[in-house]
Amino acid sequence: MTMPQNPLNYSSDADPAIKEFDTTKLLKNARKQALERNYKDFFICDVDSHHYETEALPEILQYMDDPVLRHLGLSAGNVGRAGLIPQAIGSQDMAGRVTRYPGRSKETVPPTPHRDITLTRRWMDALGVDMACLFPTPMLLLATHPQPEVEVAMARAYNRWLCERILEEDKRMCSMVYLPINEPHEAERIIDEFAERKGVVGFLSTGYLKRPIHDNANMRIFSKLEEHGMPLGFHAVYNWSDSSLSQLNKFISVHALGFAFCNIIHMTNWVMNGMPERFPKLRTMWIESGLAWIPFLMQRLDNEYMMRTSDAPLLKKKPSDYMREMFYSSQPMELVDNREALEVTFKMINAETQLLYSSDYPHWDMDLPSTIYDLPFLGEQAKRDILGGNAQKLFNLAPTMSEWKLEARKAG
Amino acid sequence: MPEKLLCATADLSDTTAKIFEIEGVEIGVIRHNDTVVAYRNICPHQGGPVCEGLKMPRVCDELDEQKRSVRQSFDTTEMHFVCPWHGWEFKIETGEAIGDPKIRLSRYKVIERDAQIYVEV
Ligand code: FES
Repeated sequence: MTMPQNPLNYSSDADPAIKEFDTTKLLKNARKQALERNYKDFFICDVDSHHYETEALPEILQYMDDPVLRHLGLSAGNVGRAGLIPQAIGSQDMAGRVTRYPGRSKETVPPTPHRDITLTRRWMDALGVDMACLFPTPMLLLATHPQPEVEVAMARAYNRWLCERILEEDKRMCSMVYLPINEPHEAERIIDEFAERKGVVGFLSTGYLKRPIHDNANMRIFSKLEEHGMPLGFHAVYNWSDSSLSQLNKFISVHALGFAFCNIIHMTNWVMNGMPERFPKLRTMWIESGLAWIPFLMQRLDNEYMMRTSDAPLLKKKPSDYMREMFYSSQPMELVDNREALEVTFKMINAETQLLYSSDYPHWDMDLPSTIYDLPFLGEQAKRDILGGNAQKLFNLAPTMSEWKLEARKAG
Repeated sequence: MPEKLLCATADLSDTTAKIFEIEGVEIGVIRHNDTVVAYRNICPHQGGPVCEGLKMPRVCDELDEQKRSVRQSFDTTEMHFVCPWHGWEFKIETGEAIGDPKIRLSRYKVIERDAQIYVEV
């Protein structure tokens, strides 16, 4: 058989965009935006950003208690298997078109501090972000692992590594750490172990759970979060194997629907089962589904609720009234040709107090702070609250400004 | 309009845009189909360095006579700048965004004279 010729390799390592990759250079225009908009004058917190924890897997596994699982994760004979973390099918990098994916491994960093700290600081400084809430990437699908003990062991090891190697080292970084809700007893232990650690500002539920969020087994988790005054984040994720999404044939389709679908399911269960009435002090943040799903769901749920209040007897007000009291991360904000819809959305969710800027950097659909700062219908104070003030309140943060901003302030 | 000298014609490549800074504005210049084009190195989406991304051909869906999807292919007669920040694509020839041709890269007039490249600014 003659193999077809394929001379085309448009995202090869030889392309200067990849070969000479450097985060600061890639984001030089973001830095210009930060200077032009005087971000030095106020605090910016990014409540949803990422690193690739699998790059540090051997380090993370050193924090794992179970020697057999640790050995499994570290073993050299791992050709043909994904290891301990399920791998997502898809093409976030658009076959290398988004150059920070193939370029990432080429970027050089000094021996100290930790590579993740250097890379994170580089993009934060370029964007004008002072503090960032850092989340893992492949582990967002860890809850789909068929062995619950693997999820728990990875979660604990990752949280320990994150606290010790990253959060202890850099006060500009914080996290809502991984909560293995599939195993409620272990989730409670994780809250006790990490709630007081430096840089821990909450706990994170990731997309695909084995039981619905309102399952009775979870109630002690929520009580414990309430006792500690710690918010619960719901980080959406897509899962192409989900039976509802598996008919979609393109990554764009599954990504566009999957994230919103994930939060729509959890939010609907959360509200219709009266969780805000059961745990009135537990604050929730809904992460990475954009914003358009929120007005949609508010309208759908309110309309049905008024006809069927007996289906949701714990509710004392309309679903949208509860949703308006929750917190939302901004990215990926729907920005194409829809200014009016966006303005209505901001009103419907009380964005001035409930919306928190997020970049999702370094993922392909990241948003810069200018996506908020340049909105013509927001006043200066509202912009600053969404970009940082609301996060400061929700996470009870002592704001740490970036060095370049402090220097720029001194220089006038 | 004043002309600015950028470089010698021979310095330009047809695979990678060369970036010049003129009065604080970056301009990406590339040889394309025997002409030279120049665009402001700012993406209309969120401001990324659009001329510094990959150069990729248009991706096409091929249908058969019954309109069944057969396969995808690259059309190398239509090359795009792909913005490295989020992947918006623009025709190198015209600067039009593929997703919405009303959105365009900001273009500069290029003059090739005596083996030198100038832009009007
Ligand atoms: S800034 Fe160019 S694609 Fe977003």
